Amino acid sequence: MKKVITGNEAVAYGVALSRVQMIAAYPITPQTTIVEELSQMCADGRLKARFIKVESEHSAMASVLASCTAGARSFTATSSHGLALMHEMLHWAAGARLPVVMVNVNRAMGPPWNIWNDQTDSLSQRDTGWIQLYCENNQEVVDTIPQAYRIAETVRLPVMVVLDAFVLSHTAEATEIPEAERIDEFLPPFHGRFTLTGRQHQSFNPIATPDYYMEFRHKMQEAMDQAKEVVRDADERYERLVGRGYGMIEKYNWDGADTVLVTSGAVTGTSRFVTDELCREGPPVGLLKMKMFRPFPVEQIREVLGGVPKVAVLDRGLSFGHSGFFAGEIRSALCREKERPEIFGFVTGLGGRDVTPGMIREMIRYTREKDRPEGDIIWVGLKR
Amino acid sequence: MRHYQIPAVELLGPGHLACPGCGAAVGMRLALKALGKKTILVIPACCWSIVPGAFPHSAIDVPIYNTAFETGGAAAAGIVAALDILGDEETTVVTWAGDGGTFDIGIQSLSGAAERNDNFIYICNDNEAYMNTGIQRSSATPYLAWTTTTPAGNPKERPKKNMLEIMADHRIPYVASVTIAYPEDMIRKIRKAKSIYGTKFIHLLSPCPPGWRIPSEKVVHVSRLAVRARVFPLLEIEDGERYTVNVHPDAIPVREYLKAQGRFSHLTEEQIDEIQSNVDREWRRLLKRTQFSSAVFDVARR
Ligand SMILES: Cc1ncc(C[n+]2csc(CCOP(=O)(O)OP(=O)(O)O)c2C)c(N)n1
Ligand code: SF4
Repeated sequence: MKKVITGNEAVAYGVALSRVQMIAAYPITPQTTIVEELSQMCADGRLKARFIKVESEHSAMASVLASCTAGARSFTATSSHGLALMHEMLHWAAGARLPVVMVNVNRAMGPPWNIWNDQTDSLSQRDTGWIQLYCENNQEVVDTIPQAYRIAETVRLPVMVVLDAFVLSHTAEATEIPEAERIDEFLPPFHGRFTLTGRQHQSFNPIATPDYYMEFRHKMQEAMDQAKEVVRDADERYERLVGRGYGMIEKYNWDGADTVLVTSGAVTGTSRFVTDELCREGPPVGLLKMKMFRPFPVEQIREVLGGVPKVAVLDRGLSFGHSGFFAGEIRSALCREKERPEIFGFVTGLGGRDVTPGMIREMIRYTREKDRPEGDIIWVGLKR
Repeated sequence: MRHYQIPAVELLGPGHLACPGCGAAVGMRLALKALGKKTILVIPACCWSIVPGAFPHSAIDVPIYNTAFETGGAAAAGIVAALDILGDEETTVVTWAGDGGTFDIGIQSLSGAAERNDNFIYICNDNEAYMNTGIQRSSATPYLAWTTTTPAGNPKERPKKNMLEIMADHRIPYVASVTIAYPEDMIRKIRKAKSIYGTKFIHLLSPCPPGWRIPSEKVVHVSRLAVRARVFPLLEIEDGERYTVNVHPDAIPVREYLKAQGRFSHLTEEQIDEIQSNVDREWRRLLKRTQFSSAVFDVARR
């Protein structure tokens, strides 16, 4: 069934298709319409779930983790300051190995207050042990949520599905809603391996002395490593059943390219358009879409970027005092390669500033013309 | 006068890590007797995060869900929602939180859950300070008490928050105060809470030997003095308005209660008189709320 829906509605459809049993969420622009749509779905019976209208995001995540421990498939959604308020509980989610799924609608952090899009909120949660998947369009949003549950429940790590504020959250696109039976085939009902209602006399999240703690963390890292295979497998199965797959990374317009542009999220759509044009005009420019940020697909990056002479990374988030998030990660992934590309790290689009086709062309022109970048950050679209 | 037998069942085993004479350990033991085996305990950071024992041990014979300091209300709400959708109607969800986790950092998530009337019992184990981190003041610390952050010479300058009234004003169905010195009263109230749908709040006073500077064997004695001196009245508030005072205190001087504890040893006579007059005023205020004439006293004067 095809429908014209916003990104936030796509989230709600994805949640309903995943047969989520418990939702706890708190409104924040631009995520609010997810909360509203899911409330409506629970109210009119389209979704058989309990919805706790909590008094904060911190409580939303605390409730969701507790309900997941009790054995219910659980969901929440947030954005920006809400995500930051949850930070403590993000560590609890991953440390407790709970397969919850959360949608984060990317929004800039204040001050100054800014409700528009950039990726600093989610990317700065990178060390909490969550798997992070970024979506390019509303179709990908619907398709990624059931995948996220399958991944989370297989490796027992939480998954964050991320989409852009307004550009996706509030923009309607024709979107294919998968048939419920297909998703049921893809995503079996949730059965927690250890739950509060299982065997009596178990203590969840107790204190662990230095004798044990490191082993818990080692297992988490193993799960992260395993996640790469699980993500690939989930995507392939999904594609077989539903007809659409995305991969952890996607190569586009690659043939014969001397320069590759790396993107994530909705700006990938604009970038496809620009690289299509450039390929018609002259030497082709490759596009590399990063769908997965954690675990970072290091091996795939090495494989596809190893031999490329120049890489332009488009970052819409900044690790202050260092560089754009993706540029930093890609540099570190490639640092041991013999033939390393020159990495050009562009920072742009912060706080919702438009990233236009002209700006993308400018980044590619700069990358082609210069032998090396002037510094680890090249600001684009900055008024000086 | 009705008598209640204390159930023989023991769900708190030996080998726990509480300090000798810990009032909170006696409190937990009694609470579990009243709650029975079909219970899930939610424990936000407090002494009781440590007391059951470190991984892979647990001295408690029911499932424990340890959670972050400020999430006692929210975590219980999540478990209740899950049990509901999974069709479990038997299990009682019980949060056990310290006074810090209740009066201070956890008040938001507790208030949120109470406003929604989520179906669980919240037991505030009040030892009147942050004991797990080493006796720092909380908003449950009494006026002029010594703690490591309100040292002698600079004791606490504000009265204790009235958490019972704050919770009752949420119009939740049941709010009660208990101490380990009146175990039948405590067990009856927890059982009553278990039989009621909605958010139930139990305020348990738990003397802490190192924190209150009392000998281990005096914990029950000091608990009883708190009630007798009217510092900690035992009462129930139903639906935010029906008050019952359960034990009629014989109103011993507050001095007797204070003198039993090292944390008040710095007090001057004037300060003790001031505390006495504060206690008298609070008692009159309580009686006004109970509309004295209609107040019911369950237990004889003692
Ligand atoms: C967010 C956060 N801040 C601080 C702490 C440290 N902390 C753990 S327990 C505790 C005090 C607990 O006091 P209370 O709730 O009164 O319980 P008690 O230890 O007295 O049983 C503190 C400050 C924490 N765990 N989490
Ligand atoms: S510090 Fe106090 S409350 Fe904590 S275990 Fe020891 S006696 Fe009990």
